[in-house]
Amino acid sequence: MKSEKSYAEWYFLAGVLILFIITYFINSDMAKSALLMFMDIILKVIPIFILIFILMAITNYFIKPKALIRYLGRDSGIKGWMLAISAGVLSSGPIYMWYPLLKDLQKQGMRPGLITAFLYNRAVKIPLLPLLIVYFGFAYSILLMVIMIIVSVFQGMITEKIMEILE
Amino acid sequence: MNRLIDSVKKAFKSLLNSVPVLVGVILLVSLVSSIIPKSLYTSLFTGNIILDPFIGAIIGSILAGNPITSYILGGEFLLQGISMLAITSFLVSWVTVGLVQMPAESMLLGKKFAVTRNITAFFFAIIVAVLTVIGVNLL
Repeated sequence: MKSEKSYAEWYFLAGVLILFIITYFINSDMAKSALLMFMDIILKVIPIFILIFILMAITNYFIKPKALIRYLGRDSGIKGWMLAISAGVLSSGPIYMWYPLLKDLQKQGMRPGLITAFLYNRAVKIPLLPLLIVYFGFAYSILLMVIMIIVSVFQGMITEKIMEILE
Repeated sequence: MNRLIDSVKKAFKSLLNSVPVLVGVILLVSLVSSIIPKSLYTSLFTGNIILDPFIGAIIGSILAGNPITSYILGGEFLLQGISMLAITSFLVSWVTVGLVQMPAESMLLGKKFAVTRNITAFFFAIIVAVLTVIGVNLL
């Protein structure tokens, strides 16, 4: 028998669909424009979805839980932080597309601080750096990126500490 | 060979379980982006140097989407005389805090983790803004 918790995802989707239908009855143009945006995002995330599927399969196949804990677990040290930061900077696509992979890694023992650092560094977009420089200048853009990378470690540590206190 | 098939199956099952959450969050992002007019954002800033970074971080936390959109909006804020502190906290929170994505994050990574991460990211958006603006002024 399925537990009540396993239906939460479907309740969430149903809730959003109801919101969409209500919006359609209030303002059909707005709902149509939202639907077009939805289709556009879906088309854009398909390649990311495939990439994440491949990454998940590779992780399952090659990385044994013991190795994963060594590189991303509690005692991974500076190596773990460097790995989480680099992966966060290099990853692409919307943040939520990475949740399933992170969920898998979390189950296998990836520490919460490293998940936090990974998610924070998704904000450091090297391909978008030229655009940021055009809008806000070279010194500002480089400094912002460097500060964000450093801050991601502090945010990871603090998030982890708070979670430990809450437990 | 069996291990490879098992790994692929496991990955497929994991992703399949996440589909309703991912579709829901993409629908929600599209809906919020369409409902809130972009012209509204500028009118929310007060010109107060203390308050505006918080307002910037709140707007960035609520909205979601491609970072390019946040750069364009940030550029518009700059032209309208909004402080760099407010613009930076807006830019940072846009990508690091996700109120719209929070249900998905909670369901997949745990409620305690999602809430703690988003709250700390909100305050760090303001800290990053202060450090960056001070740093640029010192250079």
